[in-house]
Amino acid sequence: MTTALSINNLRKVYDNGFEALKGISLQVEEGDFFALLGPNGAGKSTTLGIVSSLVNKTEGSVSVFGHDMERELSKAKKCLGVVPQEFNFNMFEKVIDIIVTQAGYYGIPLNEARERAEFYLRKLGLWEKRNERARMLSGGMKRRLMIARALIHNPRLLILDEPTAGVDIELRRSMWEFLQEINAAGTTIILTTHYLEEAESLCRNIAIIDHGTIVQDTSMRELLLQLNTETFILDVNPPLQSKPRLNGYTCELLDDHTLEVEVEREQGLNAIFQALETQGIQVSSMRNKANRLEELFVSLVDKNLAQEKA
Amino acid sequence: MTSRELFVAFSTIVTKEIRRFTRIWGQTLLPPAITMTLYFIIFGNLIGSRIGEMGGFNYMEYIVPGLIMMSVITNSYGNVVSSFYSTKFQRNIEELLVSPIPYWVILSGYVLGGVSRGLAVGFIVTMLSLFFTDLQIHNIGITVSIVFLTAVLFALGGFINAVFANSFDDISIVPTFILTPLTYLGGVFYSISLLPDFWQGVSMLNPILYMVNTFRYGILGVSDINILFAYGMILLFIVVLFSVSLHLLKSGKGIRS
Repeated sequence: MTTALSINNLRKVYDNGFEALKGISLQVEEGDFFALLGPNGAGKSTTLGIVSSLVNKTEGSVSVFGHDMERELSKAKKCLGVVPQEFNFNMFEKVIDIIVTQAGYYGIPLNEARERAEFYLRKLGLWEKRNERARMLSGGMKRRLMIARALIHNPRLLILDEPTAGVDIELRRSMWEFLQEINAAGTTIILTTHYLEEAESLCRNIAIIDHGTIVQDTSMRELLLQLNTETFILDVNPPLQSKPRLNGYTCELLDDHTLEVEVEREQGLNAIFQALETQGIQVSSMRNKANRLEELFVSLVDKNLAQEKA
Repeated sequence: MTSRELFVAFSTIVTKEIRRFTRIWGQTLLPPAITMTLYFIIFGNLIGSRIGEMGGFNYMEYIVPGLIMMSVITNSYGNVVSSFYSTKFQRNIEELLVSPIPYWVILSGYVLGGVSRGLAVGFIVTMLSLFFTDLQIHNIGITVSIVFLTAVLFALGGFINAVFANSFDDISIVPTFILTPLTYLGGVFYSISLLPDFWQGVSMLNPILYMVNTFRYGILGVSDINILFAYGMILLFIVVLFSVSLHLLKSGKGIRS
């Protein structure tokens, strides 16, 4: 399998002396849907900035589909599409002009650029807005405009830096579907996001970066297996006056209809239902207290912080 | 990129630049037309008629080449400095930086955009001057080549200014405190032969003097300086500024962290 992105010993020290990346290495395979997660200031955007040629690296190497970014920069850039975190188009330009101009930068002739622009603008629900100035678009539309712009040269690797920040849930889900569609068609995708449910539902592999180092680099499945304890919220009937007896489980009564139960991985859920049923308690619904990935993410970041302090 | 792709990318930048200054023609093309018309009326007609001849020509004929050149210089410089700085400020420079366009093509595209505005304004001012005087072009080759090379040189200057600028104030410092004084003292309104020897020597250090006089030579056939030396100097400055600009782009000065 071809490696879409290869990062080796990448280090970045800013002019003020801040070391944003401390020699990270990362491989993303072709066709992957890869999540790069981390708290604010962890080094995600710096990493993607270096890959996108927007940030100068201090040390290390980056190659995109085998094209080294120092020796074959132009070829590497042709393989890349970038959707940055901040809006970075000319707000006074028309939507169609932004897309067609970007195509021109990749050497795509005008007629072909217009055809591709129509395809992606229709696909992302922006065709009706093609003659509007970009500043007149809503936040969600601006995000979709940046995705259309990044795809205009049909990149093999698409980098999305928090593409759904500030986007409502309906639009977010339609963007997920679109991204899954282009990933299924062969585009490798690297995503950073603060919505961990987004990463969990879209991505197959994941790296977690914190304080400029990679603290996890594995498959989503492997990572979730590391989760030893899950907390569930149970809605119960009839109303409870006190905590029910659940031997071996830690539970807490949040209110007379709501029970919080911590479940170890090896324990399973059947025993909880049986114990409650014998006490005449019915479970009407059940949900995770927090997203599973979120629980892991917080524990990994906390662990890394504790190690750094030590 | 193939040569065809490079051409498409280059023409995309140039087209974008031309579209920009023509879209805001009220800020880019109209003001120099009004200013230069006022110069023609006040300095050429009202005051010029009392000055008499200069270099063997009436004052209006003498200042027209200088005023055309002044418009070309300020507009080719102004176009690149404001356009490239705005691109930096709005961060849409990132659209170019992520693309595979080589840096020399980006630079050439912006420079030709600036040259286009300089020449457009130069053409407008030339047309307006015809309402006040008859222009007899002495040497079309020198006239066209010197105006083009001067526009290239100042477009490059504007680019370097934009790279170093950190605010909109920074893009007006050089035009206000350096470019305008050098232009006014560069023989636009007078022949340096009118100056005492010492100030003639000082004036010879002003590069704009050479451009204005070479252009004047192209139109009127008179000049205070050696034309060949002027060409050599302008070409040398172009090579130096192009190399500096390219180095700044490659190193990411002001545009990459």
